[in-house]
Amino acid sequence: MLIFHLGPLATSLFSLLAILALVLSFVMLASHWLKNHVYAFAAESWTIAAISASIGYYGHYPELYIIAALTALFRGTFLPYLVLRLVKRLDIQREFTPLLKPSSSMILGAVLVIFSYEVSRQLGVALHLTDNIAVLALTCMFSLKLIGFLMMILRSEAISHILGLLVIENGIFLGSQILVPGMPVLLELVIIFDLLTIVMAFGMLVRFLQTHAGTTSSRGLQKLVG
Amino acid sequence: MVNFAALIAALWIIPGVAIILMLALRRPHLAEYLNLLTSIVVFGLTLAILVAVPNKALVTGAQYILLTPLGAWVLFCVGLVYLLASIYAIGYMRLLPEEKPRLHKYYALQAGFALTMLIAPLMNNPGIFWIAIDFTTIVSAFLVGFEKEAECIEAAWKYLIVVSAGLALALLGIILFYWGGTFVLGPTYALTWANLREVAPKVPETLLFLAFLLTLVGFGTKVGLAPMHTWLPDAHSEGPAPVSAMLSGALLNIALLGIYRFLSIVDSGGYSLMGHTALLVLGVLSLFVAGLFIVRQDGAKRMLAYSSLEHMGVLAIGFGFGGPIAFAGAMYHMVNHSLNKSLMFFGAGNMMRAYGTKSMSKMRQILRYYPVTGAVWLLGAVAITGAPPFGLFLSELTILRGGILSPNPWAVWVMAILLILIFIAFMNHFRRMIWGPEPEPDEVPTLKLSLWNSLPMWLALIPVLVLGLWWPSGLWGFFQQAFLVQP
Repeated sequence: MLIFHLGPLATSLFSLLAILALVLSFVMLASHWLKNHVYAFAAESWTIAAISASIGYYGHYPELYIIAALTALFRGTFLPYLVLRLVKRLDIQREFTPLLKPSSSMILGAVLVIFSYEVSRQLGVALHLTDNIAVLALTCMFSLKLIGFLMMILRSEAISHILGLLVIENGIFLGSQILVPGMPVLLELVIIFDLLTIVMAFGMLVRFLQTHAGTTSSRGLQKLVG
Repeated sequence: MVNFAALIAALWIIPGVAIILMLALRRPHLAEYLNLLTSIVVFGLTLAILVAVPNKALVTGAQYILLTPLGAWVLFCVGLVYLLASIYAIGYMRLLPEEKPRLHKYYALQAGFALTMLIAPLMNNPGIFWIAIDFTTIVSAFLVGFEKEAECIEAAWKYLIVVSAGLALALLGIILFYWGGTFVLGPTYALTWANLREVAPKVPETLLFLAFLLTLVGFGTKVGLAPMHTWLPDAHSEGPAPVSAMLSGALLNIALLGIYRFLSIVDSGGYSLMGHTALLVLGVLSLFVAGLFIVRQDGAKRMLAYSSLEHMGVLAIGFGFGGPIAFAGAMYHMVNHSLNKSLMFFGAGNMMRAYGTKSMSKMRQILRYYPVTGAVWLLGAVAITGAPPFGLFLSELTILRGGILSPNPWAVWVMAILLILIFIAFMNHFRRMIWGPEPEPDEVPTLKLSLWNSLPMWLALIPVLVLGLWWPSGLWGFFQQAFLVQP
């Protein structure tokens, strides 16, 4: 298994990239400008593509180069382009009604990272993997997941919800690249296309929301209760 | 030996061709009959598969297709509800003249929704199963928002966001399951239910259970188990009535099948009690939440949506109890609920169109204005609350019986009390709709319901009644065999 025989250089490279992806999610958490979110998301996707490629190199999984290229192309370029286009069409520059200030959201995010680390450490102990890169991968995976959920909870713009969901997906992808690089390639390909479909579906629905419901903020969507 | 690969291929190709035809020809009337014809063929095929299904897990189609008795049963429920909903859709959509130019799109979406649901239960790869479930969400979200009113779009949006976020958790769970397997089978192996079950005994308990909880919460969101149910009442109440029936009667079963398959992995790992108890607790919580909301509900379809939550709770409890009796009860309950909930949504759709409102407080004297349809709807309500002599009474009683022998007998009492509460609340709503005050003169319904509107209600009521009076012994034997085969 890959995580058991990695050289120190490869380990530090993976750690660096994984931490970079995590830091980029904090960039998203700290800014209320939607454009910055999209750019940070794109950068995060490129980082994950770099992880895929370097795992392909160090772990001798040539098919991961294809995954890396597709990740950069779809997650890193095409999805951000779609979301940016949506931002322009809706003419929404920023999140106007965040629940918390950026500083408070970042502290909450830090708490979530610590929680993720604790869960991963416990798992590492159970699997006899302490001091292994797997713990870091798990931490990043769970943190990105929780930060994505945090973004969805704290913000009310529909686009922020889409981006939150994309961060969650990125987290899963990042973790799965390090933990299970040998997972059937077909599955990863289908997941990438599935993500594309779902973002397009979101895009259509957001535009319906604007035309038929007159708002794209979840604060305005209050008709259905009870 | 029946050629299952050919049957399954036909099951997928026929709706696919029908969708292309509907979109290409753009003829509303042709589309409705084409959809009806497709649904009849699909129902026949699912029935044929169910009758011929062997007593073991059958893997075919280059290892990608898995056919088990439970899977065939769920597939049959899909075929059944799709047929009923297609008959009803003709009557219901004709009551919406403003949608006529877009009808071919509606029927294409409906057939597409059925197609995704015919694919998911047959997937041998949990990852592809997850993707198929994701596609059911995307297609059905557009059906929920089909009428393009503010409420419909809001419901569709909520549905897509909540369920996608939930399913993301399930994907994480699947990856952790796979990771657990790599310690035993090496870095690359085929991701199948059977492989995951095989490695489960050697995976550390913490990892296995964490992965299971993630998939339980993830697919539980799709099933609509409380507290992840928040999308369900909105989506079920805002979509067109035939779509509500398909969401409730067919889709929820499939997600539950997924949960049961993941549960079987935990069972193989030897942590049966923990997994079953987790499912049971969510089931009881769903019943509780559903009970509270049904008591104070005014929207007719919202009440039925909470009733779906209730019945998914009952099914989760049935599978959570484990053991052959509760399992047979749960399987029996699946088909009864599919039939009965379709009937209820059809009745609600008819009444909503007739009175021009979603609110039950404005639907008055239903038996006077609609003696036959109203009576069938009332009988359906008696049946859906689990009163004899209908099928749901038998299946719920069987689940309760199975529960007494299970490691969690406390849930039997909670379930019984909550079912009685829901029965009273339901009957109270119907009492007001039947004997309530006269409607205002300008609110008197004048709509004449066509045969398309009432026939599917009869087609659902009669089997529910028959299944309540007579539990075929062949069916009992089938459930027992299904219990012994890995799902």
